[in-house]
Amino acid sequence: MIAQLTRDERALAIVITGALATIGLAMAAGGRNDLMGSHGWIVLLLAGAVLIALMRGYDGPDPDPERLSRYYDDPTKVGVFLTLTWGVVGMAFGVWVAALLAWPDLTFDAGWASFGRIRPAHTSGVIFGFGGNALIATSFHVLQRTTRARLPDQLSPWFVLLGYNLFCVLAATGYFMGMTQSREYAEPEWYADIWLVIVWVVYFAIYLRTLARRTEPHIYVANWYYMAFILVVAILHIVNNLAVPVSLFGAKSYSLFSGVQDAMTQWWYGHNAVAFFLTAGFLGMMYYYLPKRAGRPIFSYRLSIISFWGITFMYMWAGSHHLHYTALPHWVQTLGMAFSVVLLVPSWASAANALLTLNGAWHKVRDDAVLRFMMLAAIFYGLTTFEGSFMAIRPVNALSHYTDWTVGHVHAGALGWVAMITFGSLYALVPWIWKRPGLYSRRLVEVHFWLALSGTIVYVFAMWNSGIIQGLMWRTYNESGTLTYSFIDSLVAMHPYYIARTLGGTLFLLGALCAAYNIFMTVRMRVPAPDDAISDAPASRPQLQAGE
Amino acid sequence: MPFDHDTVVAFSKSFGLFYLIAMSIGVLVYACWPSNRDTFQRAADEAIEDSEDRPWN
Repeated sequence: MIAQLTRDERALAIVITGALATIGLAMAAGGRNDLMGSHGWIVLLLAGAVLIALMRGYDGPDPDPERLSRYYDDPTKVGVFLTLTWGVVGMAFGVWVAALLAWPDLTFDAGWASFGRIRPAHTSGVIFGFGGNALIATSFHVLQRTTRARLPDQLSPWFVLLGYNLFCVLAATGYFMGMTQSREYAEPEWYADIWLVIVWVVYFAIYLRTLARRTEPHIYVANWYYMAFILVVAILHIVNNLAVPVSLFGAKSYSLFSGVQDAMTQWWYGHNAVAFFLTAGFLGMMYYYLPKRAGRPIFSYRLSIISFWGITFMYMWAGSHHLHYTALPHWVQTLGMAFSVVLLVPSWASAANALLTLNGAWHKVRDDAVLRFMMLAAIFYGLTTFEGSFMAIRPVNALSHYTDWTVGHVHAGALGWVAMITFGSLYALVPWIWKRPGLYSRRLVEVHFWLALSGTIVYVFAMWNSGIIQGLMWRTYNESGTLTYSFIDSLVAMHPYYIARTLGGTLFLLGALCAAYNIFMTVRMRVPAPDDAISDAPASRPQLQAGE
Repeated sequence: MPFDHDTVVAFSKSFGLFYLIAMSIGVLVYACWPSNRDTFQRAADEAIEDSEDRPWN
């Protein structure tokens, strides 16, 4: 990793990690009577470890100039493993938190294991840890292949990847300590938010700098989606996290917004996190890996452009459907509802575009579980976006809101769409960048496929049943005009579904473990070096003068 | 006229509508412009090409 950095980059990396370690020390010292102090130690230790490694590797030889004639895939390689690690950990927390709803004693009387703390650890772990690392890793790969240009330098991709994971670590550890802004999917406190902004700006700059270096004139549509993801997430993150810290060395902050403006800002953010983090970015993934794996160009490039602008424009207005029947002005609710319904058009255009691309390659879908993951993702994308538009309609929302139906909807998207397209893409990507003839075990991919599909179906059906029963129980009146069921009655009725959901999640987690093992073994596989392999071994290079 | 909630609503309901229509037309014209056909076709074809895995520059 360090050997690939030029001398200047190593020096700059030392300055950056040195500054970060100093900030960590200041946080640890200044915040010693606050939860921030623990985060200070984490920052100090992680930055310090990188700093020591950099100083030890500083005097190594300069990297081979030959590297510039190759793509830079090492950050992607590390990103693949970070994706799988966060995926397994985040999904394991998901199974735990699901089990907690069926058997509330599973907190073992530990404060950090209470529902309110491990639930955000699960959501952030899978969305940001698993999803975010997958997006960063694949975006670097897709960006280089589609622009035919190498990443602009060696340092900034590492800064983005490792800096982003530092944010994820601060987020997860903060939740266990009880730190939260109480904003869904934006729980981390102010200093973690500021750090993410810095990382994110560098990420966007990598995109722009690589595009500026390209000789291929057209920008492939996958990059449009990745860039929309990066740019809009930056805007959402900054606006929704505007807050005033109570003190410089304290974790607590207060949002700039209050009342219904606060709710609207949060759900403008929350729904667009679904739109631009969990949809646009992964559509970028789909538009590259699905045609590539199928060996067929995208069915309609025009349609992909039209649906890009449809998704980009219309999602922005859909967030208010989270606030039906609240103090939010009625017309804003209606606006969100209308845009959510119209969104079905570009969403189904994208899903149809993916499935029509497979026309003529259905025999490959039958034989190749990797491509089948991608096909299933497109199907779930179509199903979930239909369901989402439907649930955004105000009278439907009256039944579905605050029930497990919403949870089922989110997981149809997260498991069926996001995770399936990610696993499909990772399975395709890993043998390409590690230059392996294929995956370690195709059979294990089959096993994973069926575990993932059955897990998703069990989970989603359990939550549909549970949610609709809940919704109906909460609105059933008796002759005297009062509610027939108490809240606890509905909770008792949910118990079997909560057990089923835990089972579904467990199946999905087992699948993720298969993927992690399979990919790990693929990377470890010994393969005869192909004839045209370029030796990376520095030993075979001409001698480098000592002290140069 | 005071600048209040109604002003913002009036602006978003008028300008917002025309902005949406204009953008939709713009996107459709760009996507369907006949001379763009070849660029798009080439982009779609090249994305799946299995040529040597090296940057051009």
